[in-house]
Amino acid sequence: MSMMGTRVVRTEDHKLITVGGSYVDDLREPDLDGAVHAMFVRSPVAHARVTAIDSREAARAPGVVAVLTAADLDLDPPGGDHAEPWLAGDAVRYVGQPVALVLTERRYQLADAAELVDVDYDPLPAVIDLDDALAGTTLLFPGTDSNVAKTHGKPFDESAFDGCEVVVTRRIVNQRVAPAPLEVRGAACAWGADGRLTMWLSTQNPQLARDAIAGGLGLDPTAMRLIAPDVGGGFGAKIGADPDPVVLGWAARHVGRPVRWSETRSENLTAMTHGRGQQQTITIGGSRDGTVRAFGLDVVQDGGAYPRLGTTLLPGMTTLMATGTYRIPRVEAYSRSVLTTTTPTAAYRGAGRPEATAAIERAMDLFATEIGMDPAEVRRRNLIGPDEFPYQTPTGATYDTGEYAAALDRVLAAADYDGLRAEQTRRRAAGDPVVLGLGLASYVEITAGDAGGESGRMTVEPDGSVTAWTGSSPHGQGHATSFAMVLADQLGIPMERITVRHGDTDEVAKAVGTFGSRSLQLGGSAMRQAGDEVIEKARQLAAEAVEASVDDIELNTDDGAWQVRGAPSGAISWAQLAARAGDGALSADVWYSDAKPTFPFGAHLAVVEVDTGTGKVVLRRLIAVDDAGPVVNPLAFEGQRHGGLAQGAAQALLEEMTYDADGNPTTGTLADYEFISATELPDFELLDMATPTTLNPLGVKGIGEAATIGSTPAVQNAVVDALSHLGVRHVDMPAGPQRVWQAISDANRRV
Amino acid sequence: MIPATLSYRRASSVDEALGMLAEHGEDAKLLAGGHSLLPLMKLRLAAPEVVVDIGRIEELRYVRTEGDVVAIGAMTRHHDLHTDGVAGREVPLVAHVAGEVGDPQVRHRGTIGGSLAHGDPAADLPAAVLACDATLVARGPDGAREIPAAEFFAGLFTTALGPDEILTEIRVPRAADRGWGFEKFTRRRFDWSIVGVAVLGGSPTQPAVGLVNMGEAPIRATAVERALAAGATPAEAAEHAAEGTSPPDEPHASAGYRRHLATVLTARALERAAGGSPAGL
Ligand SMILES: Cc1cc2nc3c(=O)[nH]c(=O)nc-3n(C[C@H](O)[C@H](O)[C@H](O)COP(=O)(O)OP(=O)(O)OC[C@H]3O[C@@H](n4cnc5c(N)ncnc54)[C@H](O)[C@@H]3O)c2cc1C
Repeated sequence: MSMMGTRVVRTEDHKLITVGGSYVDDLREPDLDGAVHAMFVRSPVAHARVTAIDSREAARAPGVVAVLTAADLDLDPPGGDHAEPWLAGDAVRYVGQPVALVLTERRYQLADAAELVDVDYDPLPAVIDLDDALAGTTLLFPGTDSNVAKTHGKPFDESAFDGCEVVVTRRIVNQRVAPAPLEVRGAACAWGADGRLTMWLSTQNPQLARDAIAGGLGLDPTAMRLIAPDVGGGFGAKIGADPDPVVLGWAARHVGRPVRWSETRSENLTAMTHGRGQQQTITIGGSRDGTVRAFGLDVVQDGGAYPRLGTTLLPGMTTLMATGTYRIPRVEAYSRSVLTTTTPTAAYRGAGRPEATAAIERAMDLFATEIGMDPAEVRRRNLIGPDEFPYQTPTGATYDTGEYAAALDRVLAAADYDGLRAEQTRRRAAGDPVVLGLGLASYVEITAGDAGGESGRMTVEPDGSVTAWTGSSPHGQGHATSFAMVLADQLGIPMERITVRHGDTDEVAKAVGTFGSRSLQLGGSAMRQAGDEVIEKARQLAAEAVEASVDDIELNTDDGAWQVRGAPSGAISWAQLAARAGDGALSADVWYSDAKPTFPFGAHLAVVEVDTGTGKVVLRRLIAVDDAGPVVNPLAFEGQRHGGLAQGAAQALLEEMTYDADGNPTTGTLADYEFISATELPDFELLDMATPTTLNPLGVKGIGEAATIGSTPAVQNAVVDALSHLGVRHVDMPAGPQRVWQAISDANRRV
Repeated sequence: MIPATLSYRRASSVDEALGMLAEHGEDAKLLAGGHSLLPLMKLRLAAPEVVVDIGRIEELRYVRTEGDVVAIGAMTRHHDLHTDGVAGREVPLVAHVAGEVGDPQVRHRGTIGGSLAHGDPAADLPAAVLACDATLVARGPDGAREIPAAEFFAGLFTTALGPDEILTEIRVPRAADRGWGFEKFTRRRFDWSIVGVAVLGGSPTQPAVGLVNMGEAPIRATAVERALAAGATPAEAAEHAAEGTSPPDEPHASAGYRRHLATVLTARALERAAGGSPAGL
């Protein structure tokens, strides 16, 4: 019987939960013997000219091997108008930017030595506010004439709303958040006698990281081996490589010793890329019968100090997905990425799509309130129907498959939506200080949006076991389990006998890696394709072995035996075939290139209570359909949904990375940055739905980000809904108690 | 995240600790549970040259009745105080508040003595100790002295303790028959109070109200107490909760918001102390 769709406990978990993973900082590789320890000296100011760096005193501190600055680096500087230097040279543009690197014999000596590096900063005005950044009074890069580093879409055409009976517009914020993975950033590296650099890096994409770091060091990628050991989370912020490891690789060559680096939690919060960070103006127009006719999304994306993915790519995802699950004939979507003197922004779970969903889902509620219609009903009237797929959006996306209304209805039914509305009305009538709010979100997102390929390789060993290599290097998702299940199902070999390897560029030279909810659909499909090739090879061998026609040979996937159709007695095993084939011959090495984006979707309903006396919000229920096609392993699938729901609720209620007017981070420790915990979350109510895609052999879409995308606006909408009777129309995220109390007070003052 | 270089000394008795303090003078800092001091040291906001660890002094870990007070050893951990039978029966407000501090890890390390001696206006236990009119016992080179709670908290991170003194005991009047209420307002369950209110209820005297995070130091809501004494209803009296306070003004919680919270939470804590169960989250 196939194990697909069964709750298989992840094979990774025993180790991760008992002895713990081997993260970069845990490595005891002999190659790292004698390593020096590294710490970056980071800018304490947001924007300044660096006029002098005096490292003489630091160089004399106990254990110091070297203090290195931009002046020492003999690497080609990165190019472009807004080039991000390896180490800051004449200017710094955010608190946390690396300015120097200190190397010491022992780790404990680092902080003392780093403190002694004396940097003269000649302050320049900080640029924090996005409107200020747009105005360009202070330019971050001399020689440019604007802080806008990139645009997506085309400027807003107001005439799109001509003829709409009702038009509602609102400026909303999708705030900056910190990815804060459990494992902070870390790297270790050593140059071999052969002149090759080996680097261990906490990354989501060993091959992309290798190419980027080798490029920075002026190496051919083959002159570098990059290994991602266990990786303790990334959420998008460990895509590829930051500039820091380039400096480490260079430093190791410079001092002729291996180098180890692990940042502190405070460094992680301030210097690892942040996510989101959009100011949006949403405009929605339609008629009083509930039909939406036009939607406008005007985005100002906070790019931070240097253009990373948050500037270059993600706002394009936002504009692409602007219309969500709705049939809206006219769309205006435009984004300007503007540079500010803050930490650069990049991917964070959902990366551009949650921002789109938040915009359209807030807009739908604003529209519903304006025309006095229930938000569920307004959504239902505008959802794309199941018979309209593939659906071409006005922004250029082609949605593959979807059952948007069915998802919404399933959530409403499971929640007893009508009963909840009645309870809401009852409390309002009774003047209960604790009010109830219901928040809906219908969402669709794009996964495997990069449409790049992925590698898959496998070999049947002489003992009949399987070793497989995937290019999808995981960082907590459990690929080793899921991919083994795919192969076990296909080959009839028990998954205990299948080892999935990943993360070492010497074993997998070409790959893309894990981001954008792409792994199962691309990496898994690559595995399946490799499995198909091996099966065909095996069929030939089996036919020869039993002297039968190839067409008569079948694989019994219940016990992994090859047999003449209907004659199990003469069956031969994978082991026998592998032995017959000879060393490594029963193998396949494929590049799955038939990759097209898929569009998971779902509906979420959040139920919150709001204490009108204090502004406190408590999330009581979160009911979700997250449809990403057929499920390989419900346990892993639900795990992704749980994490996603939690992170979405966290953005809606708690998390925000903030700066003061001078550009100092004000939430730079975990005492200030409010991540969510189990105590703020209800039991999640997960509903099943599985609509396959036609675009890959497994029929699967991505689940890694989906639940984050739906839950964020659902929770936010619930908070606003709770207060709608007071005249509150919007509360920005995070809907912390002060902000909610303020909204209540303002509303009370208006009446 | 890495403290500056320091020497570590462990004391096994109060006398030994006093000796070490005398020896090192201003360079030394006492270490109890470490959950306020160590974070400061890791952020290099504190850099004592010598740390004198008193956290393992067994003679300072106890909860016992002595006549009409409950005596609590200064090194009693929050968890032990919270779960102590005598404390729960005789000084239930203090026992309850100890259980509201931080998260389980913090409660298994942090001590009541450290919490009070630190003089952090955001800490919870000082408000309870104030509301209970407890007496604090300190030992120094010249012997022991008693300090009323009302005179102990001097300002931001400053107390009546001298640098050569050790807080050894907290004496809390038994109050088994008095109602109490504690309202701790946080964003997350385990957070520090944005504002907190501790009330020791009516009879035989008027309710006493302690405020968390409403000024430079832990304080009593004297205006509320006066209003109650003058015959105001709890709801009316609670309106005075922010009078004379100077709460911190921060992005996530402005001074104005805190003043508002103080009134709402005081009303609720008073209602709770009177046996009610106020609506609210
Ligand atoms: C994550 C986290 C969350 C927390 N949340 C809360 C919370 O919600 N509410 C709350 O009230 N507290 C909270 N705390 C603080 C916690 O309660 C501390 O344990 C307490 O404030 C200090 O007690 P300690 O024993 O750890 O003292 P230490 O940190 O060891 O010492 C604190 C200070 O007091 C001095 N000191 C200690 N003992 C004595 C003594 N006997 N005599 C004289 N001086 C002394 C020390 O020299 C030092 O200056 C939190 C702490 C952490 C780390």
